[in-house]
Amino acid sequence: MGSATATVAAMFGLQCEVYMGTEDMQRQALNVFRMRLLGATVTGVDAGSRTLKDAISEAMRDWTTNIRTTHYILGSVLGAHPYPMMIRDFQSIIGRETRRQILAAEGRLPDCLIACVGGGSNAIGLFHAFISGQEGENDRRRSRRHGVASGKHAARFAGGRPGVLQGTMTYLLQGDDGQVNLTHSVSAGLDYAAIGPEHSYLRDQGRAEYTSVTDDEAMAAFDLLAREEGIMPALESAHAVAHTIKVAPTMKKNQLLVVNLSGRGIRMSSRSPRCGGSRCDIEARPYLCTASSAR
Amino acid sequence: MISKLDRTFAQLRQRGEKALIAYVMAGDPSLQETEQLVVELEQAGADIIELGVPFSDPIADGPVIQQAAERALRSGTSLRTIISMVARLRVRTQIPLVLMAYYNSIHAFGPERFCQEAAQAGVDGLIMPDMPPDEAGPLKGPAAAAGLPLIFLLAPTSTAERRTFVARQSQGFVYYVSLTGITGAKLLNLADVAKNVEKIRKVTHLPVAVGFGVATPEDAAKVAAIADGVIVGSAIVKQIEAHRQKPADGEACGRICPLIENCHASGSA
Repeated sequence: MGSATATVAAMFGLQCEVYMGTEDMQRQALNVFRMRLLGATVTGVDAGSRTLKDAISEAMRDWTTNIRTTHYILGSVLGAHPYPMMIRDFQSIIGRETRRQILAAEGRLPDCLIACVGGGSNAIGLFHAFISGQEGENDRRRSRRHGVASGKHAARFAGGRPGVLQGTMTYLLQGDDGQVNLTHSVSAGLDYAAIGPEHSYLRDQGRAEYTSVTDDEAMAAFDLLAREEGIMPALESAHAVAHTIKVAPTMKKNQLLVVNLSGRGIRMSSRSPRCGGSRCDIEARPYLCTASSAR
Repeated sequence: MISKLDRTFAQLRQRGEKALIAYVMAGDPSLQETEQLVVELEQAGADIIELGVPFSDPIADGPVIQQAAERALRSGTSLRTIISMVARLRVRTQIPLVLMAYYNSIHAFGPERFCQEAAQAGVDGLIMPDMPPDEAGPLKGPAAAAGLPLIFLLAPTSTAERRTFVARQSQGFVYYVSLTGITGAKLLNLADVAKNVEKIRKVTHLPVAVGFGVATPEDAAKVAAIADGVIVGSAIVKQIEAHRQKPADGEACGRICPLIENCHASGSA
């Protein structure tokens, strides 16, 4: 998201300030390099878990301070209304294109959609076109097979309960007295204590299933996809691939499954376990459907 | 119903004085010390005490209060222990005590149970920086039943429509945030504050208290000339921390109380 914002700001000659947890700056050093190359100021946030949650708080503080001259941009479906809705609408291009492409290729809608969820922007962007209810009961039934994979240690539904963080009421990892828990996930994009509020709604309505995979499973999926298909997904998307590996054998041969690869492996830094200390500069291409430019 | 806040502001008005509202983070560095501090702040001249409820993600607060919240959380402070402290304090003082809490603390506690227990312990009002009145539905019924005033906030960017709406929803007083930004910022624009306080007065009979960015006795005096109350937060919290770092400099309240006394003297003048 920071890179996309930095690109837009560079194109229109706007000032761009990106807040990022210092932990994430290390995990995504190449991404930081790219944003700075594009002329953005990248400010490290050293508070709390030094990840997305604390970066959002700091960006919101800057925004309230400079509200008369500044527009706040958030990459995921988080924050106060109307941000989750706006971001969903922007991301819904993923689902609209997927729908068109799969209908062109197969003449029918998929039986299952799988995406990873941090805040959940790529997932809601993919799902939105399939759960709008326009196709009635048939579509709703289908939508129940939407699977979501998040990091084990940041699995919000398993360990969370409704709460309010940064202007949103949603499932939240928190202690008994409402203090927000620190999370840990191998991938920066999944390392957040809450989930987009619309995902909480879909989950409570039983219209999508949410589960988690372990860091190890995600890394194994990353390896497998790289080896078998020559595609290097972002670590976030590797979670979706890991869940796909579990789900696919339970489906019939003629059923259709779409997995969303929402990010590219290039975002990993040399600290990533799969980079072995060397630069990662291979860009993954979309697999079964479109890739998001989300993060 | 006449609340204790209503009575305090009415008495001050009769005496031609303005309310000095002192903010401290409850549990920074410990609840025992906060308890003692409240008593000493009252003796030094504070009219109302605002007790911060520490939260892990205080989006409206600057570094001074963020760090105070971290210290308070480390000392094991929770909404439950703060309510118990208020009950203990009520044996010693009747000064109005207002809680400033991010909503998730209250949500986790249970809005209904919170309103009952807080009011029963002697809490006189509730300020929530992340809860606009539009969204406060789940809290309004229980708060009204318990007689706990909900104090809402207005900002320099609030529109005329918003001013009317928020001022009508607020109880006890209206909290005017003096600047666009976070607590402890140094951006006080008195002309702008004066203009906006006047606009708020046109839509409500409630007292208007001004907070955020009031750092010195001089600031407090200038704001008191404009509004019905002045809220001093980060400046006090900073003094508490400075005292903790160098306890040899005086007693618990040694370095904070002069600030309050100065603010109070300036404000009443």
